[in-house]
Amino acid sequence: MKTIITTIKVLLIMTVLTGIIYPLIIFGAGSVFFPSKANGSLIEANGNTAGSELIAQKFESEKYFQPRPSAVDFQPLPSGASNLGPTSGKLKAISDSLRLAYILKNNLSEDAKVPSDAVYSSGSGLDPHISYENAVLQSERISKARNFNEEKKQQLRKLIDRTLENPQFGFLGEPRINVLNLNIELDKL
Amino acid sequence: MKINDLIQPFVFLLLVGAVTPLLGGYMFKVFSGKKNILTPIFGKLENLILRVSGVNPAEEMNWKKYLWSLLAFNFAGFLLLFILQVVQKWLPLNPQGFGNVPFDLAFNTAISFVTNTNWQAYAGETTMSYSVQMLGLAVQNFLSAATGIAVVLALTRGIVTKLTDNLGNFWTDLTRSVLYVLIPGSVIVSILLMSQGVIQNFSSYADIKTLEGVSQVIPFGPAASQIAIKMLGTNGGGFFNTNSAHPFENPTPFSNFIEMLCILLIPAALTYTYGKMTGSKKEGWIIFGVMMFLLAAGLITSMYSEFSYNPALNTAYNLEGKELRFGISNSVLFSTITTDVSCGAVNAMHSSLTPLAGMVTMLNIMLGEIIFGGVGAGLYGMLIFVLLTVFIAGLMVGRTPEYLGKKIESLEIKMAIIAVLIQSAFILCLTAYASVTESGLSSLGNTGPHGFSEILYTFSSAVGNNGSAFAGLNANTVFYNIATGIAMIIGRFGVIIPVMVIAGSLAGKNKSPVTSGTFTTDNYVFAVLLIGVILIVGALTFFPALSLGPIVEHLLMKGGVLF
Repeated sequence: MKTIITTIKVLLIMTVLTGIIYPLIIFGAGSVFFPSKANGSLIEANGNTAGSELIAQKFESEKYFQPRPSAVDFQPLPSGASNLGPTSGKLKAISDSLRLAYILKNNLSEDAKVPSDAVYSSGSGLDPHISYENAVLQSERISKARNFNEEKKQQLRKLIDRTLENPQFGFLGEPRINVLNLNIELDKL
Repeated sequence: MKINDLIQPFVFLLLVGAVTPLLGGYMFKVFSGKKNILTPIFGKLENLILRVSGVNPAEEMNWKKYLWSLLAFNFAGFLLLFILQVVQKWLPLNPQGFGNVPFDLAFNTAISFVTNTNWQAYAGETTMSYSVQMLGLAVQNFLSAATGIAVVLALTRGIVTKLTDNLGNFWTDLTRSVLYVLIPGSVIVSILLMSQGVIQNFSSYADIKTLEGVSQVIPFGPAASQIAIKMLGTNGGGFFNTNSAHPFENPTPFSNFIEMLCILLIPAALTYTYGKMTGSKKEGWIIFGVMMFLLAAGLITSMYSEFSYNPALNTAYNLEGKELRFGISNSVLFSTITTDVSCGAVNAMHSSLTPLAGMVTMLNIMLGEIIFGGVGAGLYGMLIFVLLTVFIAGLMVGRTPEYLGKKIESLEIKMAIIAVLIQSAFILCLTAYASVTESGLSSLGNTGPHGFSEILYTFSSAVGNNGSAFAGLNANTVFYNIATGIAMIIGRFGVIIPVMVIAGSLAGKNKSPVTSGTFTTDNYVFAVLLIGVILIVGALTFFPALSLGPIVEHLLMKGGVLF
């Protein structure tokens, strides 16, 4: 009986400590030190909230860079992946058709090397990044759709280079480009 | 493969080794009640909590009392978490208005978090309110980790002391784990994670218009505080459905590095604490070395497999289910350590890994979550294998087996065998049942051998208290919720109870003096024997099942076969 009373008391104290006080302290710290990040890294474009820098959004227009394929069609409720395995015929069919669509859309030659991130969907379905190669391959199409002259084309090249994020501290992670940031800047060119 | 793909895991493992003595030494002070750097801050709070709860910290418990307190506490935690979920609708901090969680799912989730499994049959962002995440799930993240530490402390005391039945005080051990280790660690990690973009707020979800004018709902919540303890406590239950692949849970390569470090930090450091407690640091380092060897072997196999050409899909760089910012190297490293340790958080979808990399994740779990393993749980699981090895070595040379001066006799070996066999038996029997019944097969997401792997992984993960999944399988059915729920209880308490019996039995024994004929356990010969026993038990038990899943899939993939 004594054990049961102790059990209940310890459980309640721990619940208050780790379930209320602890997350509130972190909430306070986040609000003070990282207000934007703790609230979802939302970014603005043309005076409106255009989304979160960290959450991929759907781009279908010829005029924008396209993100990686998403198994949840870029709807974050809930996040998700295909979970298709390495011998999945379905995955082969999907990646083949995405590859073909990418080649047609970007006017590439039939045996062009399409970057892996353009044909395989991400783990979260919300991966905000694409590879540098992927961005460069799409840039011709975008220049054409936006009727860019040579000077603008040069600017676009520079924009891609500028948006490229290198591995953190020189060695962590992969080089990558945030698609939403790139597209917002693209509209300003 | 770039050179950087090798540098990252190397730097990571080096850092784990460097931090182990620091944290391990600190935990030694904490758990032996010595003054430590945080005593001025938490000393008074510790006394206050124990006094208010009616605990006499000086009271030592025998194994039965210790175990009974532990079981009562875990059962109460289960009840509270179950109730919180099934009345969620009426609780505050539910901006999305989520309804009550169905009974079978609430049962499964409550067991899952109490047993440190954190199997997720639900999607956090569409099922659980902020108050259930905080008050229910995160609290059990702390308490289940602290429970694991308590058990390994009791076992260690049983080995170290002699002619007594005192194993320490469960409430003191639990409180100290939470106050001195888990809370300070989580605060530091939360802040580091927020600096990288992990969210921590109580806002309702934002309905925004994308650049192209489409509507997109962005989920929020107090994620950072929960993710920190999810990693440090080797729980692994994500705030969001896709866990540490979700950009809000793991936004940058650096946040990923921190999260990976957190997975291994406490389990690795506990080997050092163990060495200090037994009075011979070398005992701890030998165990650390065996664990690191097994980790490295799995990691190399996985890396090799993931960077090889896949003729079936015609690709040599398969990013399916992986996040670009992490790339293949960090995804493989994460998948290996999260299954070595019974963490189960994922930053890439294990189901989409190549067959051999998927097999490594499965085998890591099947070996009993002893390659560092869960907080506390990994070390007591490994000590079971240590006892078995000592026993087998004793048989070979024809002497009564002894471990650190304690005679290993019939009772200890029976209990050790129960702890090992009960896990294998439940993994294989439940997998066999699910493989031939409609209720088991109707959840499959992939066909061919990969479908079988989904089932095998599910029950390995549940019994091993890991919590990761081949997530193509739809686990939120009444059958899987109940079956994995039972598997998680067996996998947790089916080991804890025998371990506590062993602790009690060893504590009562006298220590025999070291002679020239004593079989010592602080050397490489013993390390090799230990690795041998672990692999033989693991391989013999699971080789047939693995042949039907990942091994045959690997061979067919190399032949270009699709399903």
